[in-house]
Amino acid sequence: MDSPAETVIRLTGITTRFGAHVVHREVDLSVLRGEVLCIVGGSGSGKTTLLREMLGLDAPDAGKIEVLGVTLSELSAKELVELRRHSGVLFQQGALFSALTVAENVELPLRELHTFDDDLIHELALLRIEMVGLSRDDGSKMPAELSGGMIKRAALARALALEPRIVFLDEPTAGLDPESSEGFVQLIRELHQELKLSVVMVTHDLDTLAALSNRIAVIADQRVIVVAPIRDVIQVAHPFIQSYFLGGRGRRALSGLGDAAPVTIE
Amino acid sequence: MNRTIDDQHPSINPTSKQPAALVTQPDNDIARSAPELQLTGHAGDLHGVALSGQWTTLGLARRVSGLKAELARHSADPDVWWDLSRLENLDQTGALLLWRAWGRVLPKNLGIPARLCAYFTRLSGKPAQARERREAGRRILRAVEHLGRGLIDVLAQLCEVVRLIGHLLLDLADLVQRPVSWPVREISAGVFRAGAQAMGILALVGFLIGVVLSYLSGDQLRRFGADVYVVNLLGIGCVREIGPLLAAILVAGRSGSSITAQLGVMRLNQEIDALTTIGIAYTQRLILPKVLALALSQPLVGLWTSGAALAGGMVAAHLSLGVGYTYFLDAIPGVVPIANYWIGLGKGVLFGAIIALVACHFGLRIKPNTESLGAGTTRSVVAAISCVLVADAVFAVLFSHVGI
Repeated sequence: MDSPAETVIRLTGITTRFGAHVVHREVDLSVLRGEVLCIVGGSGSGKTTLLREMLGLDAPDAGKIEVLGVTLSELSAKELVELRRHSGVLFQQGALFSALTVAENVELPLRELHTFDDDLIHELALLRIEMVGLSRDDGSKMPAELSGGMIKRAALARALALEPRIVFLDEPTAGLDPESSEGFVQLIRELHQELKLSVVMVTHDLDTLAALSNRIAVIADQRVIVVAPIRDVIQVAHPFIQSYFLGGRGRRALSGLGDAAPVTIE
Repeated sequence: MNRTIDDQHPSINPTSKQPAALVTQPDNDIARSAPELQLTGHAGDLHGVALSGQWTTLGLARRVSGLKAELARHSADPDVWWDLSRLENLDQTGALLLWRAWGRVLPKNLGIPARLCAYFTRLSGKPAQARERREAGRRILRAVEHLGRGLIDVLAQLCEVVRLIGHLLLDLADLVQRPVSWPVREISAGVFRAGAQAMGILALVGFLIGVVLSYLSGDQLRRFGADVYVVNLLGIGCVREIGPLLAAILVAGRSGSSITAQLGVMRLNQEIDALTTIGIAYTQRLILPKVLALALSQPLVGLWTSGAALAGGMVAAHLSLGVGYTYFLDAIPGVVPIANYWIGLGKGVLFGAIIALVACHFGLRIKPNTESLGAGTTRSVVAAISCVLVADAVFAVLFSHVGI
């Protein structure tokens, strides 16, 4: 089942250094088509760095990154632009362009194709805005007028503007209150199924992790120590996993998993 | 034990073979077919139109204009059987494109797989959403309105500045009572940044302006044989006018803009709110030190610029008119009455305070978006320079009446 089409992103032997500090050492990781892969790790373990490398924003010091079967380092700038249209990114703070309205933010990627006419683009943007649970009136608002949850939704609408196949989510629920966080997770789940997306997500939030992820990649000791569904991950006897998932916080979040969650840790 | 579960999954096997040829297009893009529209023959009165390929945002982006024309042509014909069953893929963009071509209703004769129905049921009931276009109202009326709004805005801003000055005076009175809490460090940092660090560029600009003035005036004076009066002209002009003004314009561009940007970003980050909640008046800790620092440093850098301009003038006078350095230096104290120095210094104090006040005022008005930050900074510099020039004109008129 290892046909290339089943793997949308493949990292091979990624090594990243910041000066003398090694962030990743020989990291291998694959993202399968249609799955939600969560990357977790302690602070400073290089989760966001790995995400930025998959996006081609940063280059690793060694190793190979393939996205949709294409090796990033071999692409010209123009080909990279083409490739990036197949993926959307939700940045941690939303990164909406503050000088543009919400609708203009969503229209921007569509406009950059230079093919569709203005009316179609505007109507499409409004459809996307409604798709993420905002109202049409929100389209004419400026990002500064939005609440935290609405900013995330607007940013998601922009990330999905081109109906990409891969979506990268950087801390999608960070800074949201539990209710909006819950709603946003629900939205991502619906869109994931409806648009048949492959999702790569970096998160700290165990609730989000438990609710959304098909598989979890745990980064610790400069490596990906395990990639597996959450039930298998929590059975790995690594100190980071034990403290992260099976501390008080983790147990509460995982209690929904029922009897699969191991309760015996001595 | 750091066993990776990855090892057990054959799907995550890094050794899998790569195709030898260099692949630069995302997979499936080659394999997948472009969106197309085909005539499929006649059935009774109807003729069939079949859609095939990828009717997705990125698929359509490549050839939408051709398809739109074809769609429009077929949609105009009521006897068309639309066949959507051969579509490889459809997304919202494709659905909307069809929907618009059909005139926002489903066509009578439509063959559509059940999985695609959802797209169109969602679209039905949505009103046509054309971009609102601004009505071309009466232009003159709008110009009057614009002018009125501008005037009201200027008045409102003047009120705000007056309020700010009042705040600062109260803060000053407060500080006089509590000498311990003088923001000495902030003032000294301001003097260093706005004054000391600007000395290099001010010396250069002052020197060059001095050279230019000396050459130009020397040329005219020579015609009357009044070469030596170049000293009077330069002395009074530089000390009283050129030095303070030039320094003010440069500092407005240099420090005024940075003050505006700094306060603007601090406001955006809620740092000003944080200061207030800690119990520190931001006017006292942020604005007053800047105003005092500029009021303190500006006369000094004004004097420094005057000196540089005089030096430039002296060199040029020597080269073009043959006025000796010793003569020039000896003559200066005699031809420039001491009052001119006081006027120059006084102007410096006022200009510095104006620059800082205007910069702070605009910094506090910045709205939370990047455009406002840029526009606010520009406006701050322009307003500061304008205010300085207005103040300078007022000075000139006042003193000419007094006769100094």
